Amino acid sequence: MKNRLLWPVLALVALLVLNVVVTPSFFSLRLQDGHLYGSLIDILRNGAPTLLIALGMTLVIATRGIDLSVGAVAAIAGAVTCTYIASGGDPWIGMGLALLLCAALGLWNGFLVSVLGIQPIIATLVLMTAGRGIAMLITEGQIVTVDSPTYREVGAGFLVLPIAILISLAVLGLVALVTRKTALGLLIESVGVNPAASRLAGVKARTIIWTVYVFAALCAAVAGLMISSNVSAADANNAGLWIEMDAILAVVIGGTSLAGGKYSLTGTLLGALIIQTLTTTVYTIGIAPEITLVFKAVVVIAVCLMQAPIRIRVRQGVPA
Amino acid sequence: MSNSVMSPPAKPSGSSRGLGQVVSKVPSRFLPVIATFVVFVATFGVGSARYEGFASGQVMANLFIDNAFLIVLAVGMTFVILTGGIDLSVGSVVALSTMIAASALQAGWPAWLVVITVLAAGSGLGLAMGWVIHRFGVQPFIVTLAGMFLARGLCFVISVESVSIKNPTFRDVATGTIELPGGVTITYPVVIALVAVIAAVYVLHLTRFGRTVYAVGGSESSARLMGLATTRVKIGVYVISGFCSSLGGLLFSLYMLSGYSLHAVGMELDAIAAVVVGGSLLSGGVGFVIGSVVGVLVLGTIQTLISFEGTLSSWWTKIVIGALLLAFIALQRIIVRRT
Repeated sequence: MKNRLLWPVLALVALLVLNVVVTPSFFSLRLQDGHLYGSLIDILRNGAPTLLIALGMTLVIATRGIDLSVGAVAAIAGAVTCTYIASGGDPWIGMGLALLLCAALGLWNGFLVSVLGIQPIIATLVLMTAGRGIAMLITEGQIVTVDSPTYREVGAGFLVLPIAILISLAVLGLVALVTRKTALGLLIESVGVNPAASRLAGVKARTIIWTVYVFAALCAAVAGLMISSNVSAADANNAGLWIEMDAILAVVIGGTSLAGGKYSLTGTLLGALIIQTLTTTVYTIGIAPEITLVFKAVVVIAVCLMQAPIRIRVRQGVPA
Repeated sequence: MSNSVMSPPAKPSGSSRGLGQVVSKVPSRFLPVIATFVVFVATFGVGSARYEGFASGQVMANLFIDNAFLIVLAVGMTFVILTGGIDLSVGSVVALSTMIAASALQAGWPAWLVVITVLAAGSGLGLAMGWVIHRFGVQPFIVTLAGMFLARGLCFVISVESVSIKNPTFRDVATGTIELPGGVTITYPVVIALVAVIAAVYVLHLTRFGRTVYAVGGSESSARLMGLATTRVKIGVYVISGFCSSLGGLLFSLYMLSGYSLHAVGMELDAIAAVVVGGSLLSGGVGFVIGSVVGVLVLGTIQTLISFEGTLSSWWTKIVIGALLLAFIALQRIIVRRT
């Protein structure tokens, strides 16, 4: 467990050190109007949606699945809420509607995977493709802007710390509690190792798979609310674009294997922080923003090669 | 990549029995391709019935003209998917290819050198990804995702602006047309795409490499135990996909006559959708290049239908493609259960 997290921790520390070397004031925090400000807070705030989606993704991946539709689901959540608020509705009801709809989308993914037995990558590809179309259908192809102070709090509000990161951390704590203090986590892992065997052993594999997809969709929905509330608008095309990729990367960097059967929530937290810190680093140390993606690709490959390959270490005689 | 263990116990498939009787004489591996073809004929038929002038040779030719690059991409993707892998980098490689081509031409390179450079860059990236996937055992999904970021990032490194192509050779190839009997005109990229398709069919079905691709997709360990060159094939399919992506990128740069970092965003999804609609299984081992080509044509027809309709907005394309994907996945489940 410790070893698996060693490389992600080192990567994060290295990134932070790099930042401090370049900008000595990187760690400084200041309290203003009861809000904390600073680069670290920015990382937390901007990383909140990715972290949240990555949490849902972690459980899905632990069952040997994958959910590509989360970005589209996030866009739908924003679209529903903003359209509802823009038509004069109450923000809370709008958010509730979005969560309900997204839970239904999660049920749909879970149905395709657990009942019809379709490969997860393909089952969720359906919603990834159609989902943005649905979101545009809801917003009628427009970017819906809203002016609701209540709604704005979700993504841009502060309670000393940004509310968005508080939500994400609360979900992290809840998931850790529910899956690690009960047998649920073990059951999820057993489904990932061998669904047939776990079913024969009396584990309700189908229900568990269904649950993780609904949970992933709900996480995506809340993340979608954060993204859209942060800009007080719903952009069906670009909200949460590629966030599924970031989330999957965060999970993988955190040491959860895409082959399922094992997961690390701490690893996912680290992974999400690494990805967000990476993006921030690119800006603070003055690398042209155009190169962000190249930088990201290099770090991803480096971290993956560091931790994953048992094959190469065995060949070279280094103890794995 | 085998996820077949996820499947719940087969339910009694009473509903599919009628279908089963009708098609029981056709080998089941051909069924998805036949279904794709039926869908293509049906969508084209709907268009012909609804709109005057839809059922013309030129509309059909335009399907090829507007989707030549996607056909090439889908061909490369078919190889990768047949081995049970996936290549998410193709859209970005298309963008990178347009970028390299446009900026090299702007710098005054001769056209032939530009073409070779672009194809070498795409194949090289494919080789690198295939090598990492094979040598380090990292998931294709993650490696090609990194490849996608890398290629897209390199585009921005070259230039953030759109670069137009003014090279006379490129312009001649792009604007030149070939007259077919019946007054139908096609463009040179269509010819290039069709040559790529024929080459792919030859490689897949008439060479040792092609048979090994199917064998690796069926069961990699069995293929290796049989002494087949699995390493060469597993890396080779990513080289082919990289080559096809860069070739598709060249065709795309002819189509757009520009290089731009934001070209072809999400095109990898179109390519994967075309391959799936074309009847290939993502778990590998089952599928045909021709199916993928018809898959591209189906997607193209849907877009044409929606543009003919006029009142429907473009986002319906996405929803219809999603529904089609679903229908084909369901069909494949039925077929897999029967066999």
